Amino acid sequence: MTTGHDPTTVWLVIVAAGVGTLALRLSFVLLVGRVESVPPAVGGVLRFVPAAVLSALVVPAVVALSLDPAGLAFEPAKVVAAAVAAVVAWRTESVLATIAVGMATLWTLQAVALV
Amino acid sequence: MSGRSTADGRADRSPALTDAAAGARTTAPILLGVVPFGLVAGVTAVEAGMSPVQAVAMSVVVFAGASQLAAIELVGDTAPVAVIVATALVINLRFVMYSASIAPYLRRLGAPARWVSAYVLTDQAYAVSLAEFRETAPGERSRLWYYLGSALSLWVTWQVATAVGAVAGAAVPAGLSLEFAVPLTFLALLVPAVEDRHTAAVAAVSGVVGVGAAVLPFDLGIVTAGAVGVAVGVALDLRTGAFPVTGDGEPMGDGGRERETDDAAGERGGERR
Repeated sequence: MTTGHDPTTVWLVIVAAGVGTLALRLSFVLLVGRVESVPPAVGGVLRFVPAAVLSALVVPAVVALSLDPAGLAFEPAKVVAAAVAAVVAWRTESVLATIAVGMATLWTLQAVALV
Repeated sequence: MSGRSTADGRADRSPALTDAAAGARTTAPILLGVVPFGLVAGVTAVEAGMSPVQAVAMSVVVFAGASQLAAIELVGDTAPVAVIVATALVINLRFVMYSASIAPYLRRLGAPARWVSAYVLTDQAYAVSLAEFRETAPGERSRLWYYLGSALSLWVTWQVATAVGAVAGAAVPAGLSLEFAVPLTFLALLVPAVEDRHTAAVAAVSGVVGVGAAVLPFDLGIVTAGAVGVAVGVALDLRTGAFPVTGDGEPMGDGGRERETDDAAGERGGERR
């Protein structure tokens, strides 16, 4: 999990991601006056971005494809912890509570399995 | 930070400070949720092989948590630079939506104020400020200062939390599965983003495609799954005639307003479903 990139490359990543992100944030703040509002089609596409990318980040972190044996590979403790955390996220919409309950569930299940 | 601003605001003679303090005060409960997020960003950056200086620099330069965590993971995997940057930018595409939504309130400002306002734009500052802007008349309070009070309290909290995480990162014992805090953080952000049937379908499709696409070369899984998910959502909206006008028939209103209502509601949550 430790990077094979040299420090210069990591700096390049930081600067490129930063400049690109600033451009996205500036987009309509600078355009306003020239463009009255976001084109509806653009808004219609963008509204799905959070659900799409966040789910693409969450699910593969809990479940992975396995080639040998073919099928799904997962740690049951992480699946249960994620499910419990999802309920907490839904009820509280609190990042803090979601992380706390999810981690506590994972640690508890791991401790029980070790005994 | 917010505490100090609040004190300044109460003591002061300057309307700008009062308005900034009001923004910071409304944002204060949200800061509690930002702290663990920032700690995780610092810890995982150092674990991925970045220096503490790079970890903090990333928070200052990029200042967007979800994209930072995804980029850090890909840096740890030694993914190609183009893929890391593209993944971060895809995750941050939502800022275009916020930028468009908040721009009308900033239109009278000069270039420096606009650039600063854009740089500190976050999900939380956007949600808190839009809620306020819709409730108050323009003359009632300075929108710029209210927004900056909210955004800058988030900025300072994020930088401090990342720095603490980056410095403490080396001291965090292995075997605690702390890396699992990253998907948990995304999960906490994902749940409020699922606001209707179509966004739920998008989340389901992206999750499944993400699992399958994880075997793609060059770590292109997130970008691929995100693109497929968005395409499915647009297709669903087209089929029901909801595209390009979203949800409740107000262009551009749906995503932003839902989120804003949620965040403004703070910990109350849940009643929407």
